[in-house]
Amino acid sequence: MTTQTKSSEANKPSKLIKGATGDWEIVVGMEIHAQVSSQSKLFSAASTEFGGAPNAHVSLVDAAMPGMLPVINAECVAQAIRTGLGLKAKINNRSVFDRKNYFYPDLPQGYQISQFKHPIVGEGEVVVDVTPTEQIIVGIERLHLEQDAGKSLHDQSPTDSFVDLNRSGVALMEIVSKPDIRSAEEARAYVTKLRTILRYLGTCDGNMEQGSLRADVNVSVRRPGGPLGTRCEIKNVNSIRFIGQAVDVEARRQIGILEDGGKIDQETRLFDPAKGETRSMRSKEEAHDYRYFPDPDLLPLEFDQAYVDQLASHLPELPDDKRSRFMRDYGLTGYDAGVLVMERASADYYEAVAKGRDAKLAANWVINELFGRLNKEGLDIETSPVSAQQLGAIIDLISDGTISGKIAKDLFEIVWSEGGDPLALVEARGMKQVTDTGAIEAAVEAIIAANPDKVAQAQAKPTMLGWFVGQVMKQTGGKANPQAVNDLLKAKLGI
Amino acid sequence: MTQPVDLTLAQARDALHAGKISAVELTKAHLAAMEKASALNCYVATTPDQALAMAQRSDARFASKDAGPLEGIPLGIKDLYATKGVHTQACSHILDGFKPDYESTVTSHLWRDGAIMLGKLNMDEFAMGSSNETSYYGPVVSPWLPNGWTQDQARKALSGDKKGLLVPGGSSGGSAAAVAARLCLGATATDTGGSIRQPAAFTGTVGIKPTYGRCSRWGIVAFASSLDQAGPIARTVQDCAIMLRSMAGHDPRDATSFDAPVPDYEKSVGASIRGKKIGIPREYRIEGMPAEIDRLWNQGIDWLRAAGAEIVDISLPHTRTALPAYYIVAPAEASSNLARYDGVRYGLRVPGKDITDMYEQTRAKGFGKEVRRRIMIGTYVLSAGYYDAYYVRAQKIRTLIKRDFELAYANGVDAILTPATPSAAFGIGEKGSADPVEMYLNDVFTVTVNMAGLPGLAVPAGLSSGGLPLSLQLIGRPFDEETLFSIAEVIERSAGQIQLPKPWWE
Repeated sequence: MTTQTKSSEANKPSKLIKGATGDWEIVVGMEIHAQVSSQSKLFSAASTEFGGAPNAHVSLVDAAMPGMLPVINAECVAQAIRTGLGLKAKINNRSVFDRKNYFYPDLPQGYQISQFKHPIVGEGEVVVDVTPTEQIIVGIERLHLEQDAGKSLHDQSPTDSFVDLNRSGVALMEIVSKPDIRSAEEARAYVTKLRTILRYLGTCDGNMEQGSLRADVNVSVRRPGGPLGTRCEIKNVNSIRFIGQAVDVEARRQIGILEDGGKIDQETRLFDPAKGETRSMRSKEEAHDYRYFPDPDLLPLEFDQAYVDQLASHLPELPDDKRSRFMRDYGLTGYDAGVLVMERASADYYEAVAKGRDAKLAANWVINELFGRLNKEGLDIETSPVSAQQLGAIIDLISDGTISGKIAKDLFEIVWSEGGDPLALVEARGMKQVTDTGAIEAAVEAIIAANPDKVAQAQAKPTMLGWFVGQVMKQTGGKANPQAVNDLLKAKLGI
Repeated sequence: MTQPVDLTLAQARDALHAGKISAVELTKAHLAAMEKASALNCYVATTPDQALAMAQRSDARFASKDAGPLEGIPLGIKDLYATKGVHTQACSHILDGFKPDYESTVTSHLWRDGAIMLGKLNMDEFAMGSSNETSYYGPVVSPWLPNGWTQDQARKALSGDKKGLLVPGGSSGGSAAAVAARLCLGATATDTGGSIRQPAAFTGTVGIKPTYGRCSRWGIVAFASSLDQAGPIARTVQDCAIMLRSMAGHDPRDATSFDAPVPDYEKSVGASIRGKKIGIPREYRIEGMPAEIDRLWNQGIDWLRAAGAEIVDISLPHTRTALPAYYIVAPAEASSNLARYDGVRYGLRVPGKDITDMYEQTRAKGFGKEVRRRIMIGTYVLSAGYYDAYYVRAQKIRTLIKRDFELAYANGVDAILTPATPSAAFGIGEKGSADPVEMYLNDVFTVTVNMAGLPGLAVPAGLSSGGLPLSLQLIGRPFDEETLFSIAEVIERSAGQIQLPKPWWE
C-alpha cells in the first residue's frame, strides 16, 4: 500500500494548515458503518425495513431470549463479498465472528457479534475524486460484518427510557480506511465516493438521514513529514457536510492545544454541528474492555473461491470503469463523465439519452438542463418528471432542425411540467422551426423597411445585427432558423 | 405386581402398545408418585393438567393406530429447556416468572413423538454445579439412603435440615433423582462438563451425553455454548437409546447442529461387541483414587473381555490439563452468555438509581454465589492482558486433548472405558463450601469428553462399600453413539440390574 501513501503525501502542500508556529498536516482515517441492503437481519429472519412501529421487527434472537441462537444470513455474506470486490480488496475465504462484550439496554445479548481478528475482507483501495481534476487513492484496511444495536429512546417519558429493537441485529459492514486522508475536503470526497460505490453495488443504500451510513472519523495533526500525532475519534457523524466540518474543527482544536504547548489526549469525541465543536465523550482510560472472543454459537465463516468468482462475475460496472468508458466511447471530458457516473441511475439515464444521438449534446442536456432543474426542485433522477426517452426525443428535434436550441428549452419546460410526447407537443403548439426562407425573408424585409435608422446604424456598426435577429425571431415566434435569419440579414443589410 | 412407575420406558411402551395400560393411567401413576415425593425436591414445577391432556391425546392416537415412537411416555424436563408457557428459569432467581413463548427443539421432538410432559426438573443454577446444591429452589435429595441409615432416620432428615442425606449429583440432579425415584420414565438433561454422566452415576441411572452437535441447542438456556449438549437420563441403556433417537436430529436454527440422519439406536442395544477394541487410558488412574473405583474399572475390563472385546492400554497425555482448561473455557463463555440477564426485558428486575445500578442490583440479587463466581472468573480470563495467558492457552490445551483422542481412535480404538466419577455420592453440604475446587474435581473424568466434543455414557456397574451406585464411563468416536449403547448394555447385563431404592420418602 506504499503507493497510496506516496500519492497522498506528495503533491499536496496546499492541504497544509497554517498555524502560528508553522504548518500542520491533518491525518484522517475513517470507520464507515454501512448498513447491508438485505431483506432480513444478520443472524435472524426479522425484517430490516426502516421505520415501522417500535419493536415491530424483532425476532426472539434479536431480543436475546434465553436459549436463542444466531444463524448467519447468507445474503449478508454475499453483500460483504460484493463490497470487498468493489473495493478491489482481498476476500478472506475464512473469517470468524467474535463477541464484543458490553452492557447497554439497547444491546440485548450483552454483546455485539462482530469480526475482530479475522474479518471477511482485507486490504483494498478506493480512487477518490477530490476535485474534477484531482484524484487520490485511499487504502482500505479491512471490512467486517457486525450487528447493529437497538435504539434507546430517552424522550418518551420523564422517568423511563424506552428501547426499540427494530435495528437490533441489522447487518452492518464496518469499512476501515487507512490514515490516507489529508483534509476535510478529501474526507468528504472519500465518503462520497465510497457511497457511490456501495450504491452501484447495491450493497448499501447509503442513506445517511436514515442512518444507513455513519462515520467514525479519526483525526490527528502533525508537522509535515513528521511522526503521526495522537488521534481522537469522532463518533457517529451522520452527514458528509458534518464530516468535513468535524475534521476541520477537530484539527484546529488539536493545533491550538499543540501550539500552546499542550498535548492531545487519545479519546472519543462527539461532533456538535449546532455549536460547531467537538466534545469529549470518554477518555482512553474509560474505554471499555470488550473481552473479544470467538462466538461459540457460530462456526468460522468459510466459502470457496468459486463462490467469490461467481459473485464477481455478476458485479455491475463500477463508477471508475464507467467514467473511463464514457470518456473513451462518448468523448466526454473527465469532469462531465465524473458528474454523470456519480449515481448509477444518472449514468443509466445518460446512456439511454445518448444512445444513437450526439453524445456530447446529450451530456450537456443531462448535466446542465436536467440536473440543474432536478437540483433546483430537490428531486433525484429516479423521480425526474422528464424521462430519458422524452429528453432523447427533444434532442432528436434539435438535431434534425425541427426546433432551435432555444425552443428546445421551452419544450423541456413544457414536458417537465405537463408531460407528453415532445414531437406531438411541437406539432400541436406550432413550435416548429421555420426554415422556409420565403417566410423568413418576408419578415426580414418587413423589419428593414420599418426601421431605416437602425439599418443605417447597423451598416456602420455590424454588431447591431443582433438587434435585427432579435426582431425577426420575435416576429416569427422564435421559430425561425437562427442561421437562416443571420445569413439573410447580412445579405439584405450588406454587412 | 410391578407398579406402573416401576416399568422401564421400553416396558411401558410395550404395555401401552399392547393395551395393558393407558397413557392416562400411566401418567396418573406418575403424578401421584411425584406428589408423594415432593420432599425430594426433584420437580420445580409440575404440569398435571397439561400431562393429562397430552395423555388423552396419546390414548386417542393409540386408538387410531397413529402412535409415535414415544407415545404416552411420561417424561420430566430439565428446567434449562424452554417449554412453551411453562416455568423455564434454569433454576435461577434471575429468570423469575419467565415462561417462554417458544419450545426448545429437543422437547418439541419429544412431543412430536408422543411423549408426555410431567413438569420441570430441578438442577444447579444455570447448570453450574455438581451436586444440585446451587439451585435457587434448594437442593435435590437423592433417593439413595446414606450408608447405614434407616428409612425413619432418612424421613426425619428429609422433613428437617436434610443434613446427611445424599446429593444426586449435578447439574442434572433433578433429572437423575426423578428417574431413580421412578417419578418419570426418563428425563431430559444437559451436560457441559459431566452434568448428565455424574448425576446418572450417583443415582444408579444411565445417562448419555451425545456428540456435540447431535442434539440441537436451540431453546436450551446456554451455559457454555461450545460444550453444552442435551441428552437423556433413564433407568436402562435401552431406554436412553429410545429417548436419544427422538431428541437428536439436525436443526437449521442451531449453526453447530450436525446434519446427518439419526440412527435407530435401540438396534445397537444387545448387539455383539466381539472384536471391538476398548482403550484403557492410563492417565485416568489418578492419585488418591479409591480402591473400589479401581476394582470397578478392572471388573468392567473383565466383563468386556469376556464378551469378546479386545482390551488395549492407551495414553491420553493431556488429561491432567483438561480440568483447569475447562474451568477457563466454560466460565469465559458463561460470562458472555449470561450477560443477557440484565433486568431489562424479562425475569427479575431490582430497581436502581440509574441503569448501571439497576444492572448491578439485579445481577447481584438474581445470580447465586456459584454463578457469580463463574461470571467473575470468565470475565477475568477474557480481560485485556489476561486473554492470551488464560483463554488462548486453554483453547490450545483443548486442541491437544482433542488430538489425544483422535490418535487413539486412529489406532483402531472403538471406545474408551474409564470410571465415571472419582467417588460415590456425597452428603448434602459436605463438599465445596470452603473450596469450590473440591466440587470441581467431581468432573475430572468427564470434562475431557466435552472438551473434545465426543459422546460419553455413564452406566451403573456396581455398588460402593457403602451400598451406593458406582458407574463406568464409555467414551466413543464422534457420532458413534451406537457402539456406546452396545458396550454399555454388556456392562449393564454383566453387572445385573441395580436395585433402585424403595420409596422410603413417601
